[in-house]
Amino acid sequence: MTQPSDGDLGFSESSAPRFESPQDVLDRLGAVNYLADDAISSVAYLADRLRKPVLVEGPAGTGKTQLAKSIAEITGARLIRLQCYEGLDESKALYEWNYRKQLLRIQAGQQGEGAPVTADSWHALEEDIFSEEFLLTRPLLEAIRAKDPVVLLIDEVDRVELETEALLLEILSEFQVSIPELGTVKATQFPLVFLTSNNTRELSEALKRRCLFLYVGYPDLEREQAIIAARVPGITTELAEQVARIAGALRTLELKKAPSVSETIDWARTLVLLGKNSIDAESAKETLHILLKYQSDIERARKELLSVAG
Amino acid sequence: MIDLLSGFVIELRAAGLPVSLTEHLDAAEAIRHIALTDRTTFKSTLAATMVKNHEHYAAFDLAFEVFFADRDVAQGDDDELDLGELADGQDANASDLTGNGNLKGSGGGGGSEMSAEELADLLMKALKEGDTQKMSRVAQGAVKRYAGMEPGRPVGGTYYLYRTLRNLNLEGVSQELLDEMRAAKGVAKESLDDRLLKADVDRRIERLKKAVETEIRKRLVEDRGAEALAKSVRKPLPEDIDVMHATKDELVQLRRVLQPLSRKLAVRLARRRRLGKRGALDVRQTVRRSLSTGGVPIDPRFKKPRPSKPEIIVIADISGSVASFARFTLHLVHAISSQFSKVRSFVFIDGIDEVSRFFDGVEDPAEAVHRINTEADVVYLDGHSDYGHALRSFHQRWGNEITKKSTVLILGDARNNYHASEAWVVADIAEKARHVYWLNPEPRDYWGSGDSIIFDYAKYCEGVIECRTLRQLEAFVGDLA
Repeated sequence: MTQPSDGDLGFSESSAPRFESPQDVLDRLGAVNYLADDAISSVAYLADRLRKPVLVEGPAGTGKTQLAKSIAEITGARLIRLQCYEGLDESKALYEWNYRKQLLRIQAGQQGEGAPVTADSWHALEEDIFSEEFLLTRPLLEAIRAKDPVVLLIDEVDRVELETEALLLEILSEFQVSIPELGTVKATQFPLVFLTSNNTRELSEALKRRCLFLYVGYPDLEREQAIIAARVPGITTELAEQVARIAGALRTLELKKAPSVSETIDWARTLVLLGKNSIDAESAKETLHILLKYQSDIERARKELLSVAG
Repeated sequence: MIDLLSGFVIELRAAGLPVSLTEHLDAAEAIRHIALTDRTTFKSTLAATMVKNHEHYAAFDLAFEVFFADRDVAQGDDDELDLGELADGQDANASDLTGNGNLKGSGGGGGSEMSAEELADLLMKALKEGDTQKMSRVAQGAVKRYAGMEPGRPVGGTYYLYRTLRNLNLEGVSQELLDEMRAAKGVAKESLDDRLLKADVDRRIERLKKAVETEIRKRLVEDRGAEALAKSVRKPLPEDIDVMHATKDELVQLRRVLQPLSRKLAVRLARRRRLGKRGALDVRQTVRRSLSTGGVPIDPRFKKPRPSKPEIIVIADISGSVASFARFTLHLVHAISSQFSKVRSFVFIDGIDEVSRFFDGVEDPAEAVHRINTEADVVYLDGHSDYGHALRSFHQRWGNEITKKSTVLILGDARNNYHASEAWVVADIAEKARHVYWLNPEPRDYWGSGDSIIFDYAKYCEGVIECRTLRQLEAFVGDLA
């Protein structure tokens, strides 16, 4: 970093605030059927104002990824997604030189002339094969170079190794990527960045420090009911309420895997497809395997919640 | 405002939360962008910028509620940012909630006096409707009537909470409410609907308890000021709870963090093992790969390393004083058993028994640990710890099975009730095994006092490790694998 960075990271005027207020976020997310709560909307609002990435944590299936998608939708931005996995490296996340093309270029040069390689021609060649033509952009670089508004989603960041996390740091704090052969690529507009984590391991302090932290847990009864009603077309209020209440009750049992919101939605969809307007113990029992994924959990739920006594 | 925030950060740090300078600055920057009148937004803003671990949220929540319970306008007079607005907003909030705004003023003066019957009536109504406003009013009345709060007493409020709740007789009320709702909706006992109703009622009771707690806290802050109170309500973070002296609630909390903790540990270890060091160059694969780059070996491949895994033998004292510590350790060791070639566990009080079989084929270590408590045969004479006898029996029955591959962990406080130590057994184990470690859940200062004979054994162990909290335990087990 040679040039002094001014407070606003040098983004052009075009990156005006995306949201008026937390309430504005809430309303607009609601319009695309993502029912946020106060914490979610304030963090999304702050992410835009403070120009900071958001680290979203929480149990699987509570809408972490969906949040990024919905934010992209309401801001009219393109979603760029980087799915993390073990063994992800620079060449898959940031950029890669196109070796094959470079080799071809060198070979083509040799055949044409036959003359010995001089310092000059070598220099020209080097300039040439390390130009943008031979650069393969990967999601992170693509998000930085994009001219149109983008939302960058770095999904399941806890899956990469601790060392790989480091390559995210420059992007997250400065919104730039340094390529040794080309120099530093700076973002022309500020992308909203969401990182999700299922918390399978502790993320590094350095990464956490650069992000706003948001924990998305299971919603309360009223919100879950509203989510179901919004996400499942043709569901009756009564059924939505029952589904939400059953899911809530199941989560208080000690299960190996508590039903997530997305599983609850799936379950509600199934019930609607089966033409149910309300649910009784019998039909709940038959469809329970959609909600719970372990046999021992299913048995437990049957025993504790659905057994018909007397 | 900046001063206020700094004060809050200091309080958070005192509660054990790691708030860095950058995070503090972020928070200061962030609150410029929000309306300070909105308490929920203010709270989530602070949480988002300063609390980066969900397990710490409870501690943050408590600190926030105490610290910002009732801030005076006067304190922020000289700041350019209007704290006044903040305090006003809170007051407005408070009066919204309670319906009558005379909270401030005399120490415990808020809320009109209610008779016991009126209170019970209102309680029932509030629970039935699940109405937040009514609940706070009940909480207010109940605290006033039952808690018997005395100004100036340096307590944390748990006692008041207990007194108030006992007098409200919530169990009876919830039963009554349940019966009534059942009758109203014509729901049969023990049916699905009935169970859901019960869950509803439980949830409402929980909310009421919260309201009472908030009310008590509010009064305590009025009485003694936020800083003083913060000190007495401060609780350790789950991973810093002293396992030996944990209360029932804390044990529940510990159990809850243990599972994600052991999972994380397992993932970390598995990863370390896989990536630890590279094996030798895999010529075949490298040549195969180089074909796509015209024979230039751009992408060398290496063979997978195969480090040896240790065999673990755990010998744990499960007598009353250290039982919960032994349980957590066994749970953790078995949860990551895939990292070891073999795990064998023995538990003792004055007799000793092998319990490895309980863990075989069981998915959930917690279940196995539970069975140990009920089924293991560990009492020889009187059921008081006798390390000497237990170790001697171990040596007789399993002594020969310790090999150069074994790592032996002995768990216990070495309080031997003045029996013989039989330390030669440990010496002999140390001779045969690769490592012998002793994990002691007592603070180091207590070692060797009273009937503790830890130093008799320590001579022969490679290390005696103080292991009072989950944090220490996790660190040790992580190093072991």
